[in-house]
Amino acid sequence: MFVDKDIILKGIAASPGIAIGKVFLLEEEDFYFIRKEIPKPFREAERKRFDEAIEKSRSEFKVTYCKINDVLGKNYANIANVYILILDDPALREDAYKLIDDGVNAEYALFKVLYKIVRSFENIDDDFFKERKVDIQAVGRKILTNLFGKKEKNIAKLDEGSVIIARNLTPADTVSVRGKKISGFATDIGGKTYHTAIIAQGLAMPAVVGLKNISSLVKTGEEIIVDGDKGEVILNPSQETLLHYKNKYILQLAAARESKKLKSLTAETADKHEVFVFANIDHFDEVPIILNNGASGIGLYRTEVIYLNRDSIPTEQEHFDIYSKVAQQMLPYAATIRTFDLGGDKLVKMGLLNLGGESNPFLGLRAIRLCLKYPEIFVSQLRAILRASVLGKVKLMYPMISGLEELRAANAILDKVKEDLGKENIKFDENMEVGAMIEVPSAVAVIDSIAKEVDFVSIGTNDLIQYTLAVDRVNENVAYLYDPMHPAILRFIKRIIDEGHKAGIKVAMCGEMAGDPKFAPIILGMGLDEFSVSPMQIAPIKKIIRSISFADCNVMADKVLKLEDSKSILKEIDLFMKQEG
Amino acid sequence: MKEKIIVVSNKSGLHARPAATLVQTLNKYQSGVKILKDDFEVDAKSVMGVMALAAACGSKLKFVVDGPDEGETIAAIERLFNSKFSE
Repeated sequence: MFVDKDIILKGIAASPGIAIGKVFLLEEEDFYFIRKEIPKPFREAERKRFDEAIEKSRSEFKVTYCKINDVLGKNYANIANVYILILDDPALREDAYKLIDDGVNAEYALFKVLYKIVRSFENIDDDFFKERKVDIQAVGRKILTNLFGKKEKNIAKLDEGSVIIARNLTPADTVSVRGKKISGFATDIGGKTYHTAIIAQGLAMPAVVGLKNISSLVKTGEEIIVDGDKGEVILNPSQETLLHYKNKYILQLAAARESKKLKSLTAETADKHEVFVFANIDHFDEVPIILNNGASGIGLYRTEVIYLNRDSIPTEQEHFDIYSKVAQQMLPYAATIRTFDLGGDKLVKMGLLNLGGESNPFLGLRAIRLCLKYPEIFVSQLRAILRASVLGKVKLMYPMISGLEELRAANAILDKVKEDLGKENIKFDENMEVGAMIEVPSAVAVIDSIAKEVDFVSIGTNDLIQYTLAVDRVNENVAYLYDPMHPAILRFIKRIIDEGHKAGIKVAMCGEMAGDPKFAPIILGMGLDEFSVSPMQIAPIKKIIRSISFADCNVMADKVLKLEDSKSILKEIDLFMKQEG
Repeated sequence: MKEKIIVVSNKSGLHARPAATLVQTLNKYQSGVKILKDDFEVDAKSVMGVMALAAACGSKLKFVVDGPDEGETIAAIERLFNSKFSE
């Protein structure tokens, strides 16, 4: 398709997007230094010179910290803290002092010490950790620059739209070019966890790293394309290639604009029926991401991660520390915390309980059943959730409720916990909403009873489909039977929504089905109030909801619910999408 | 002298930022801390040493703490790992 003019270099995709522009080559100065003998009377001064270079580097890294903190926040800025700690690392300081005291110059001492450390990183098998040598080299360069008393490379005089090409780019460099309309960058070194790559992702700046020798192949002013999606750089692009990428770039701009626009828009259909799009999360560090993606709440916070990979039960305080952060950061939106959904097998591995092997853990002692059998584990989580409820808008959700007795038993424990907190004068939100996850077929059968005793329900489609259709979707022999469009599933969902509405409560869906844009019209048409989806699905789901008419979805859903097989159902949905355009 | 075995349970292991958090925390205590993993032993107050351990999620680490405030130091280490370095 393209003439053979393009020179394509393969690297590592570090930050997505397309950048087209003129090269700005950031040349790195080479340091030439030799081993010098320092006579005894001057060694003290040499040590002082080394210390001064360290202190100067420290104040520069502090500036970097503030710069990154201003633009991207503390999480990113901590990268600069790592650099400061490397400066103070006894492995660097003490060993370098020793060499200086033995009579060599500070530059050589530093080189010797860092060389040894970098070598030890090169022997690590895990690429993720191996790459940390880049950070150590960056610190070494900074100290050397200050030992030599040199000015650092200057990237202030960049032209707009430049693509920076460098051997290595520090996080400080990356953040300082922000606002100068840099379209992207490419470097010789680095991998996926290269700190500069992390900053580039934060700034949404396309980047390819690990290109090995790109800095010696290009000159300032040459035309270049950086494809941060594929991890490729194209030098000397042909007209066709340029056109091809310019089109991609325009699409990318449009998509970015749209996602930004969607962020602040409500999930309202073309005919003004409003629903809500929430997020499912596993870890509190996802909160900034989902807020940035435009979630209007957390519909499912799975708390299992808190229990995994440890050898003791998480304490109430540990739970509280996490939930309070989530609740506060989510304000003014609500966070639905689901109590843990783990099997007894997981807890045995933690050395907590010895329940004996279960031949079928999927149907065994897990989730709410385990909580009811071992209330002490449940109580510490409930206390923490209640304590966090005064700090934000917190909702509580029980997993795997199979019938009314289980719900009442869980609520009895909750009431007791509330009573105890009251006696201890610990504040909690008396009106905290309590809901049930509907994922067991028996709960669907008795949903009318359940709905009367909860504040909301949320349909967990993953398990509901597996239990209803008696299919383990990771078993390749039967996985094909896992079908969200099975008429049984659609009728169940319809029943849950209708009975929920009859009882005057909201009905949410937090299974994967809610995050699939293909299913949005049918679920919406059946009357679902809240879609809780993975962080990346928030914008796509909002987009489709905004593009369709609720009245049309209703008509389509009525039609679909009368169909008797999933093939015809899918056909009807496809037809609907074509008509809605 | 006190010892404690801890399994790394945060997603990305003791990579740069958690390593920094660990060192910053330990610097507040007087006790000396060593970390043993397989046949490696490093000074837990050396950020480069901690990163060089390449302790991924699931790694088993033995902390050896020696000094006047070893009890508090161990408790601080446990808190940090239990909170998964709340970055």
